[in-house]
Amino acid sequence: MITINEIQDEIIDEFSFFDDWMGKYEHIIEQGKELAPLAKSYYVDENLVKGCVSQVWLHSSMEDGSVKFEADSDAIITKGLVAMVIRVLSGHPPEEIFNANLYFVDEVGLREHLSPNRSNGLVAMIKKMKTYAVGFSVKQEN
Amino acid sequence: MNEPEAIATIAPFDVQKVRNDFPILNQKVHEQPLVYLDNAASSQKPKAVIEALEKYYTAQHSNVHRGVHYLSSRATESFENVRGKAQRLINAKHAHEIIFTRGTTEAVNLVASSFGKKFISEGDEVLISEMEHHSNIVPWQIVCEDKGAKLKVIPVNDAGELIFEAFEKLLSEKTKIVAVNHVSNTLGTINPVKKIIEKAHEFNVPVLLDAAQAVPHMKTDVQDLNADFYCFSSHKMYGPTGIGILYGKEKWLEEMPPYQGGGEMIETVTFEKTTYNDLPYKFEAGTPNIADVIAFGAAIDYLDSIGYEDISAYEKELLEYATEQLLNINGLRIIGTAENKASVISFLMDEIHPYDIGTILDQLGIAVRTGHHCTEPLMNRFGISGTVRASFAFYNTKEEVDVLVKGLLKAKEMLS
Repeated sequence: MITINEIQDEIIDEFSFFDDWMGKYEHIIEQGKELAPLAKSYYVDENLVKGCVSQVWLHSSMEDGSVKFEADSDAIITKGLVAMVIRVLSGHPPEEIFNANLYFVDEVGLREHLSPNRSNGLVAMIKKMKTYAVGFSVKQEN
Repeated sequence: MNEPEAIATIAPFDVQKVRNDFPILNQKVHEQPLVYLDNAASSQKPKAVIEALEKYYTAQHSNVHRGVHYLSSRATESFENVRGKAQRLINAKHAHEIIFTRGTTEAVNLVASSFGKKFISEGDEVLISEMEHHSNIVPWQIVCEDKGAKLKVIPVNDAGELIFEAFEKLLSEKTKIVAVNHVSNTLGTINPVKKIIEKAHEFNVPVLLDAAQAVPHMKTDVQDLNADFYCFSSHKMYGPTGIGILYGKEKWLEEMPPYQGGGEMIETVTFEKTTYNDLPYKFEAGTPNIADVIAFGAAIDYLDSIGYEDISAYEKELLEYATEQLLNINGLRIIGTAENKASVISFLMDEIHPYDIGTILDQLGIAVRTGHHCTEPLMNRFGISGTVRASFAFYNTKEEVDVLVKGLLKAKEMLS
């Protein structure tokens, strides 16, 4: 199975083809548009990750020892970033998720979107994903 | 024939010359020339302000008021001079009606807490409006919760104007204070505050104005307005952050209890009983923000040198031009279409999220603000979660408006 870091390297490779910001953002927007829709029943308060400016809904479940993440955002650029994080983290065992170091964000020059002042809900979403992973892993051990 | 002086006073406003006073404007962001349209959040600083800060720490610093030595008396003199400048800026009757605070937020909190302690009791009402910044909502909520009083809200019409008839109906003998903004930070609406004050005074109700968005744009006369409290911030009017003004009528400030205790605000202290200092010191506990007060004085001088008449006229021209140009964009709608507006434009474009628009504009070097602008109840009123807000200062240009329009068209193309 492909590892978290292999997926990150894949994304870094994809972004290396763009030499200007526009191509990069168009690629992010495209990924946002392609993100699988979230089931209506998942738009509930407990799945809401509230940012100051944009917000994210995140649903997680456990399938065959791996955590599955599904999500949506009201802003398309945030949604594209969410799609990339899901692509990297979803479908992996809990311990790999909470140990993951998301270096691709820096490498593709999107660090500013992960700064806490950005208030797009992304930082809070990643934190929540890791918390879920810890939760699932504790459940597994019990 | 005209006197030469008369000719000089009618010289056209020279925006390029003004821009040279603001070093920060001359830079590139994401390899594009910076277009700074986030002035309602905080404006940039002219050289005179930056130099005043440097000069103070290089040659003048000392604690104020209590020293007998040279530096302390010089610092005290410069510090107190600024109180006089602020007094003249808003035409307050007395210098001791000017209280230095950390900003508008602290000024409102001071009044809510101190006025509330003395004058608000169970069953009383505090009247605010639907278009208030959270800073003029939450302090009143806190005092209302504490005292068992009720917060009443003046509604806003579709254009983003206060509904005056509703305000009249809400006023009653239960009302203890009215707290509204002079200019809305989100919509730019200039509220009819003189009329509001007149009406409130018929019921002997004092009025606090959150003027953070007014003083940067227009000449104010608190005596003419007959305002009881007037609050504003230095950093939105080209001065440093961390300093603001609370103007309060002497009769209210005399009656209100101190807000914080400490040095400076006392007359004598014993363990049995402390007596308080006179105004304004009663409300200025602890060592004040001396450096920023002095640099704020430089900002007031700078505004004086340009003159409110030119500032208001030029900003009005910019606002009209920007409004017209933005409305040429298909699918763009302005939130806040009051007749009387300051140079603030909130808008939405198609169904595109403000965050996405702001992110693309940022890549193009254009700084705008996106989100609810700390006015969530107002956003709820309009049934939206946020807007994009472009706010203009007198150093902005029509060419920058054109860059904004081009940027929005680009964002529309990428995001639709």
